[in-house]
Amino acid sequence: MSSIDLTWVIGGPQGGGVETAANIFAGACAGCGLKVFGKREYYSNIKGEHSYFGVRVSDKIVRSNVSGITMLVGFDAETIFRHAEDVFNDGAIVYETDLSAVKLEEVPTIDVQFKERLKKHLVSKNKPLTIQGLLDEARERGVVLYPVSFKEILANLAEETKNPKLRGMFRMQNVLAVSISIGLLGLPPDTLLKSVGTIFSRKAEIAEMNKTAANYAYNFSTVKYSKFRYQLHAIPKDEHVILAQGFQSTSLGKIACGCRFQSYYPITPASDESVFLESNEIFEVENNRPGSTLVVQTEDEISAIGMIIGAALTGTRSSTSTSGPGFSLMAEALGWAGINEVPIVVTLYQRSGPSTGLPTRHGQDDLQFAIHAGHGDFPRIVYASGDTEEGFYDTAKCFNFADIYQLPVIHMMDKFIASTVSTVKRFDPTRITISRGKLLEKIDEPGYQRFTPSPDGISPRSRLGLENGIFWNTGDESDQSGHISEDPENRIYKMDKRAGKMELALEQIPKEDQVTNYGVSDFCILSWGSTKGPILDAIEMLNKAGYKVGFIQIKMLHPFPAQHVQSLLSGVKKIIDIEANQSGQMGSLLNEYLDRKVDYYILKYTGRPMTCNELFDSIKKIIDNKAEKKQVLTYGV
Amino acid sequence: MVSNLADYKTEVHNDWCPGCGDFGIVSAIQMALAEMEIPRHKAAVFSGVGCSGKTSHYLNVYGVHTLHGRVLPFAQGAKLANPEMTIVAVGGDGDGLGIGAGHFVAAGRRNVDMTYLIFNNGVYGLTKGQASPTLKLGLKTKSLPEPNVNQSVNPIALAIASGFTFVARGYAYDVRQLKDLIIAAVKHRGLSFLDVLQPCPTYNDINTRDWFSGMDNIDEMTNKPRPRIYKLEDTGYDPLVHIDSPDEENEKLTQALIKSNEWDSKIPTGVFYKNDLSASYDERMAARIPNYLENPPAYQEISSGGKSITDISKMLDALEV
Repeated sequence: MSSIDLTWVIGGPQGGGVETAANIFAGACAGCGLKVFGKREYYSNIKGEHSYFGVRVSDKIVRSNVSGITMLVGFDAETIFRHAEDVFNDGAIVYETDLSAVKLEEVPTIDVQFKERLKKHLVSKNKPLTIQGLLDEARERGVVLYPVSFKEILANLAEETKNPKLRGMFRMQNVLAVSISIGLLGLPPDTLLKSVGTIFSRKAEIAEMNKTAANYAYNFSTVKYSKFRYQLHAIPKDEHVILAQGFQSTSLGKIACGCRFQSYYPITPASDESVFLESNEIFEVENNRPGSTLVVQTEDEISAIGMIIGAALTGTRSSTSTSGPGFSLMAEALGWAGINEVPIVVTLYQRSGPSTGLPTRHGQDDLQFAIHAGHGDFPRIVYASGDTEEGFYDTAKCFNFADIYQLPVIHMMDKFIASTVSTVKRFDPTRITISRGKLLEKIDEPGYQRFTPSPDGISPRSRLGLENGIFWNTGDESDQSGHISEDPENRIYKMDKRAGKMELALEQIPKEDQVTNYGVSDFCILSWGSTKGPILDAIEMLNKAGYKVGFIQIKMLHPFPAQHVQSLLSGVKKIIDIEANQSGQMGSLLNEYLDRKVDYYILKYTGRPMTCNELFDSIKKIIDNKAEKKQVLTYGV
Repeated sequence: MVSNLADYKTEVHNDWCPGCGDFGIVSAIQMALAEMEIPRHKAAVFSGVGCSGKTSHYLNVYGVHTLHGRVLPFAQGAKLANPEMTIVAVGGDGDGLGIGAGHFVAAGRRNVDMTYLIFNNGVYGLTKGQASPTLKLGLKTKSLPEPNVNQSVNPIALAIASGFTFVARGYAYDVRQLKDLIIAAVKHRGLSFLDVLQPCPTYNDINTRDWFSGMDNIDEMTNKPRPRIYKLEDTGYDPLVHIDSPDEENEKLTQALIKSNEWDSKIPTGVFYKNDLSASYDERMAARIPNYLENPPAYQEISSGGKSITDISKMLDALEV
């Protein structure tokens, strides 16, 4: 039984330092050995719209968010309006005192739909439509209120440090708010200050100023307020734990496994990966010259995929990273890579579609598209990671698949993983293997042909610049040398040669890389991608409540490991499909490939990730035989 | 190594229409590669889609026949990953200035060290003669149901505005001049552009070989045609940016733009603009990644015995809690 499990949420206008505050908080907790799982939610906006960051802290591994908030911190009215209702009855709200009188109608960034819902709620509770009304309602439920005047703290701090500039430094209220929270939650100040130092490490002067402010606010809160009913405390630190954001996993995986060319067009949430790669473009290589990744920002995603194909033809491990709208533009070139058997990796950070959809929100909307993108029949591998840690190791696997089978690989990630900050085991590059397949280093004799027949259907691959290795490629169907051919017999040879790779991949890729089996039971969950975390947390909760449920995470979605999944499900009575999309896209695969149908669907497509609680409730309902065939989850602001 | 012209030819059957200007261009490329003695495996020709797209199959060097409009992204990716390669990209005017126009502009901004030839004939030949972006407004070539309703784009001016650092025009029936222009373009450090006037004998019945030769415009005194095509070099035109100053650059850009607008009666060929003082993309990269050129992406060692040899420990240390 874990003794610590609480969720701290900070909100504020976009550009107001919410993310910085959350990173400081997560760093301070992680520095005390605690496990954190943080998730950022924001609008498609640069400044002003509401963004918030929820950090779940525990003394054991946590892999998802919960429905509800233990401590809410807000220095703007919208944060309180948006989230106060979600604060647990035994929770707390830290807020700016000046906000009490703000009326709901005065906040322009709150949309009409939300205002209407909140209005109904407050009217039903007989409260005025103000922050005070909402706070009163919370206090009556048991919520502890911590009013803070950030203005006053800054004024006192200015006086005490004899630095009048601080008086107007409202930008620092985020750091003050975190520090007060840490004080209320009983963590020691040293990890807080260390975390502040790390976050502002690029600017020494600003780091010092923020540390002073943090220290002051921390002391202020421990003197002024009594301790909050839930206290955090340091626990023995596991060795080699990193605090990583999801996008860093695929970036580091790419560097480690030898991807040396990446092109991209800016898009949320994928471009963080490319920017990270460019920020770390030069690195050390054992017993060798320094290595580098060439990162090229292109004019569009068509160019991004075109460039990596060109680079891959030189033998360079190459990839691009994008999201749904960008991937749509890549469809034609994906087919070119398919027909010419060029190994490329497309890292697909999904978000909610269709079209621009919910551009900054989560979704697993692109599975069917990834499997089918591009005209004509050609092989590709679609592979999905479940969390940050998997992202690192799977990236290396995807490059191996691409090289071995000489085809495009689409590595499915998503916004939930991309923007999650969590404590994970330090990535271990020695666990990565690198296989370049049949890539040639040298050709001694003339007469090379790129698409020469071979028993396994995969031909030795030359690269631009190799003596005796000249080949031709074309988007047209081609003969063995790569010249255009419309011959019927050749067409059958080439189509079957390419298609045969799917069977080969299913045979050769280890079963444990295709599917992760967490155990099966009468009721068994099938899912893919980032639903893994909430599902595993929900299963723990279910087990504690006396319920048994199995879970199979499918990682290789195309070619689909039908036989293997079928055999794993042999004793299972009911299949539950869980996905973050509207139509149950993996469910369709199950229905297509298995000799049985999905029994229950749990779906979420609000753009907000699933919480473990809502999964717990919906799975329990199924086992209790009280559920409809399809349940749609809704939690989250 | 003495290169033999025949070495640069493949045995692939050439299916262009008889009299097509493309034949001259492919010959000029073969002659240029042979004259420069570029080893066959160190050269790659990338092509777009259309009649000109088949060019890569007729050349006995690495040949990459890409997608419609996308030749420049593919070619740039290859050059950036392996800067040792000599890269020539070719495509039609519809390919490069219609569907691929965005790439054309972006490539100019990058100034990657390679050469791009547009086979410019004013029509989409392989789809039976629709108007292409360079066909003049109001012209009705033979397979158009109605006269062209769009203004034409000026490829030379667009290249100059986009940042190409070598901009020239050749004529498919002047193979010798074209070969020399290709050599100059390939030797130029940076992105070079060649607008090649290439009459389509099947679908463009207006801008024909005879039209370029001035057969419709006979000098009454001499009874000889007045050719439209002339060479800039014969007029004392100096395309080179000599000193690194905005004034000098503006002057050379402006004169090139003015020349690029000449059409109906006088059509200049030769080098319009050449700037060796603007850093190429690989030079800009090398300024950032010091060993980029001697250890480019294509030649980096990434593994030993199936294990990664890249050291990411510093990046991981920065994330340790």
